[in-house]
Amino acid sequence: MAVNDKSPAVQGKAEVPENSAPPASADPSKAVLKTSRRDFLRGGGMLSLSSLMGTAALMSHSSDARAAIEWAEHFQKNYRLMTPEEKNEARIRLEKRYSAEYGKTVTVDTTEAQPGVLMGYALNVRKCIGCRRCVKACVAENNQTRGTRPGERIEWIQVLRMERGEFSKEKMDHGYPEGLGIQVGGNAYTPAGQVLEGQYHYEPEAVPEKDATYMPIACMQCEKPPCVKVCPVRTTYREADGPVVIDYNWCIGCRMCMGACPYWARRINVANPVLPKEEMNPVTHYLGNRPRMRGVVEKCHWCLQRTRQGRYPACVEVCPVGARKFGNLLDPESEVSLILARKNVFRLKAELNTFPKFFYFYD
Amino acid sequence: MQLISFASDYTRYVLKGGTKFYAWMGSLAVLIVGMMYVFYLQNTDGLIVTGMTSQIHDGLYFANLVFLVGVAAGAVTIVFPAYVYHHEGMHKVTVLGEMLAITAVIMVMMFVFAHMGRPDRLWHMIPIIGIYSFSSMLGWDVMVLTGYLILNFIVGFYYLWVKYTGGKINKAFFMPLVYISIVWALSIHTVTAFLISTMPARPMWFHSMMPIRFITTAFAAGPALIILAFLIVRKNTTMWIEDSAIKLLATIVTWCLGIAIFLTMSEVVVELYARTEHANGLYYLMFGLHGLTSLVPWFWSAVVLMVVSFVLFLIPAIRNNMKLLPIPCVMAFAGIWIEKGMGLIVPGFIPSPIGEVSEYYPTFVEWLMTLGIWAFGFFILTILLKGAIGILQGEIKFGGQAVAAK
Repeated sequence: MAVNDKSPAVQGKAEVPENSAPPASADPSKAVLKTSRRDFLRGGGMLSLSSLMGTAALMSHSSDARAAIEWAEHFQKNYRLMTPEEKNEARIRLEKRYSAEYGKTVTVDTTEAQPGVLMGYALNVRKCIGCRRCVKACVAENNQTRGTRPGERIEWIQVLRMERGEFSKEKMDHGYPEGLGIQVGGNAYTPAGQVLEGQYHYEPEAVPEKDATYMPIACMQCEKPPCVKVCPVRTTYREADGPVVIDYNWCIGCRMCMGACPYWARRINVANPVLPKEEMNPVTHYLGNRPRMRGVVEKCHWCLQRTRQGRYPACVEVCPVGARKFGNLLDPESEVSLILARKNVFRLKAELNTFPKFFYFYD
Repeated sequence: MQLISFASDYTRYVLKGGTKFYAWMGSLAVLIVGMMYVFYLQNTDGLIVTGMTSQIHDGLYFANLVFLVGVAAGAVTIVFPAYVYHHEGMHKVTVLGEMLAITAVIMVMMFVFAHMGRPDRLWHMIPIIGIYSFSSMLGWDVMVLTGYLILNFIVGFYYLWVKYTGGKINKAFFMPLVYISIVWALSIHTVTAFLISTMPARPMWFHSMMPIRFITTAFAAGPALIILAFLIVRKNTTMWIEDSAIKLLATIVTWCLGIAIFLTMSEVVVELYARTEHANGLYYLMFGLHGLTSLVPWFWSAVVLMVVSFVLFLIPAIRNNMKLLPIPCVMAFAGIWIEKGMGLIVPGFIPSPIGEVSEYYPTFVEWLMTLGIWAFGFFILTILLKGAIGILQGEIKFGGQAVAAK
């Protein structure tokens, strides 16, 4: 693979002196932000003003104040273009609103990508038993909507159930001539292996089932993500440390990204999300698991609220068989790097040149 | 001063009419009110009131959007013969084609609003206050559509303005705009085709035939609608549209329809000969997949409508008979609306990229919204055509007494 296939962010990182400022996003046009003392003071002033307003809103619980917060939220900039002060303001605004809404202290993390990190994921298809604990853990961690109507249930991970091939003598005679007399064997339509015609609505008594293999699938966090290219407002973008994220406040809900994704990783919130107060996870990240709103698209972001703090994604942590591995691709000693060095790995739909950072492997 | 009297004369003329006019506009208004209500529903309850899901997330709205871009582009079938081939009959009615283009683009924009999850945030697409993305086909589409709307508005209303004031057309200003609008018409439909054909994730759409297929179907459906509009205008107003113009349009419809049918057949052969997984979408459309067949009758009715109307268009006794001509026109229009609308958009999502086969049924909300937007389209088309005809016929003139229309 040629060097210029690497993303500009990874290459550019070496040139950033020290880590005096938060690393830039993958957009090369957005260089490292410099903050002067005056900017800082001005930002501080605005910050205290907005936090005062927020506190007032929280204390009074009046609908007027809440409307004011939502009004300010409505006119905020795209997250990537915000100055650090504006990001902080947005964060405080959200924390106030969420805390009031869910009746507990909600934190909205805005930790930026750390230099020298490129997140990667590897999944051992041989080990997966199809228990779907990852699916459940993901929903609990990431505040997905969990209502009862069809569109109100969102799961980011799908575990596809693949039937084991069954070639039999009996079927030998069931072949038939297709057009022009070309013979098709009786075993022609026997499924075998990864065919992406998997079924994820399966309800077995126990897993793993004898006649099935499983293949979990979620956002592949592509290095060359087609969803990012088609976004008309650039609300979805690739972060410098790898994951493709969405600024939910900037998304217009056009769903072009959903059409462009070859892995069906994206979901649209067709209704006002249903998220019971007691089930809401109060540890959130702005670009990650903070509660979403009606009409916007969401997807897996590798648990930014955890991974930026040095923790594993929820699905990795919960997997009972250790099929899921996560780590820093730039660190040669990380588990993912070792898997890439030693195991047979493949990327899903590699022919589409999306270059996923989600690898499948087998022992 | 002249401008104010133009606006007031124009408004007074188009708002006056007989019982038939008010009944027509009134019934359209009822549907428009219904549309506003379901738009409100969609933006409080969310898109859950539609049949769209995370699996099939473009439906009736997107289908109509794509189709109407074609109708807008179809107006060029009047402008082109008029200004490039100097067709006499066409030249007199060019402005009517421009009015149709304006209407169709406005309808497209309304379908964009209906389609979006957050129409309140559409300002995010506007440069400077928002972010404009040159890498996004949707961004390009919005840009060319807006440009086309502005071009047609200027060209159409400048012409009417000159007729109204009785002045002379400034050719140095007017003609370049006309030629730009001709090329621009092709661009709007090409970009709309790229909108869906640039996604390898959707194999049913991922082929380079899409733009030419879009343009041929557009140049069949667009003029078919124009012929119908012209026949209505001829019957109900003082304006006479020459047979030669209508006959030329009928010829254009015939051959664009023929090419469209040919392209569809080619696609069927290529996809079904090899019958790879990538043909599943088309297979679903034609025969159904895993027992789900809701689009099959749609597809075959579109095929019948298109092929039969093509044959009818080929028969001179029908093509040249102004009483019978509306029949194949309506058939071709309906056939293309199905084939290029729901028949093209929905199977793109079946099966989903991970092999899931599900179906899409538009809800009552979607039908009412669609009907309402079409009603709104006919509402403004009626006004625009009425005003244009009034000016062309000299019934609205600067300094003259505005005559009440028939």
